[in-house]
Amino acid sequence: MSGFGTLFYKELLRFWKVAFQTVAAPVLTTLLYLLIFSHVMQGRAPVYGEVPYAAFLVPGLVMMAVLQNAFANSSSSLIQSKVTGNIIFVLLPPLSHWDFFAAYVLASVVRGIVVGAGVLVVSLGFVGLSFEHPLWIIAFALCGSAILGTLGLVAGIWAEKFDQVAAFQSFLIMPLTFLSGVFYSIHSLPEFWQDLSRFNPFFYMIDGFRYGFFGVSDINPAYSLAVALANLLVFTAVTLALLKRGYKLRH
Amino acid sequence: MTPAIEIQQVHKRFGAVQALCGIDLEVAQGEFFGLLGPNGAGKTTLINILAGLARADSGSVRVLGHDVVTAYRESRRALGVVPQELVFDPFFSVRETLRLQSGYFGLKRNDAWIDEVMHHLDLTGKADANMRSLSGGMKRRVLVAQALVHKPPVIVLDEPTAGVDVELRQGLWGFVRGLNRDGHTIVLTTHYLEEAEALCARIAMLKQGRIVALDTTSNLMNRRDSLYLRLRLSGAALPAALAARSRDSRDATHTLRLRSYTEVEGVLAQVREAGAQIEELELLQPDLEDVFVQIMHDAKG
Repeated sequence: MSGFGTLFYKELLRFWKVAFQTVAAPVLTTLLYLLIFSHVMQGRAPVYGEVPYAAFLVPGLVMMAVLQNAFANSSSSLIQSKVTGNIIFVLLPPLSHWDFFAAYVLASVVRGIVVGAGVLVVSLGFVGLSFEHPLWIIAFALCGSAILGTLGLVAGIWAEKFDQVAAFQSFLIMPLTFLSGVFYSIHSLPEFWQDLSRFNPFFYMIDGFRYGFFGVSDINPAYSLAVALANLLVFTAVTLALLKRGYKLRH
Repeated sequence: MTPAIEIQQVHKRFGAVQALCGIDLEVAQGEFFGLLGPNGAGKTTLINILAGLARADSGSVRVLGHDVVTAYRESRRALGVVPQELVFDPFFSVRETLRLQSGYFGLKRNDAWIDEVMHHLDLTGKADANMRSLSGGMKRRVLVAQALVHKPPVIVLDEPTAGVDVELRQGLWGFVRGLNRDGHTIVLTTHYLEEAEALCARIAMLKQGRIVALDTTSNLMNRRDSLYLRLRLSGAALPAALAARSRDSRDATHTLRLRSYTEVEGVLAQVREAGAQIEELELLQPDLEDVFVQIMHDAKG
């Protein structure tokens, strides 16, 4: 349906027009993490056997960039539209809740993947990586960005001020990503914290994603993918229901 | 013929405030309809419900026979809304904005119509300018253009000339009149009674969520006695025969009720015969404002 196509295109155009801020900046930030953490942590944090720490770190950072940028795309777009008032241009046309959902989430997936790819390409200039199972890499990248795009949509719908989106990001998304094994293998944690990590959905996405690179992971990748897909289904169902009801969009 | 807009028993509450209580309204196709009322009367709420931006608690609303909730695709396609606030997307130019708006409605190759609308609204020169760089008047014209990209048969304008300079207001009036002549149904909300009087054939007046008046503009104007003659006299008092006509008399200034212009001569003759001199004379035209104020006052309590 052409309405969906246009909304999707508009959302892509929106982040592409400010690519410096939306793509280049996150790539640089993540690169800084790589340079600093690999320098500091080399030889100090046990990861996977012979895999050097810097190599271990890259997939985690790539996935982190994918997740955070997918979230940022839909949440920031929606809250900006709501606060400035131009959301009405998207609410007046005959777009269904499916069109709305698909356009925002797919645009978030594209942004997430583009930034992630950017980080990966630049990292390859510093660290050698293997790509044992590329299909798993793609599967988790798509699934992860879709989940976070959906969460971003929920955050954008629920929030009434920029402040609230920032809170969602700082108090929920960031802790979950940082504590999901990006910088360390969970095996290096005490038992209690290991078990707690298994409740973090982001952990499965990052673990599975890393499997695609090294063929080694803490959890069976098929299981991780199943968990990720289950999360995606639940969030999608909730978001579609909210959109259909017009929660906070149509009073 | 299917009414352009059918509103039946619509109720809407926001928290503790009952914004709309039992609104019943029908607008025929091709009409130029006015929706008047003080701030907070419920005009924008009613428009929002019509457009799908809000949902009524109960009652039904139809645009060209399509229910705005169950048949929202058809109803929204048939409706164009020009919002009150100057909202815009700062990422895009005028042409991009109009192209996107067309796309949302499923119109892929709409450039010819977009160019035509821009021409009629004098926006062609600014087609590739970023929305942020436009003046307020131009932003408002873009809003009108956005409402027209999908050629909706029913167009709603929410206070389109609020804070707009005289030239632009005349321009917009002319433009909207043209649309009405071409067959579009127009619904206008405004605070400028002069505007409602000039443009609208039929008017509904809203107060605190209820319709307090619904009639053709000419009937509403006739509700009040047509003409008033204001005279300031000197030399003699107002003749007793004319005292009954007086709406109010202060010192030597009398406002007299007339039924038509032909009575003017008679009144002036009576004044002259009484030996009074006319220091000042003013003929007061009736206007919608008098009717409006009277109706709003009567509707109190």
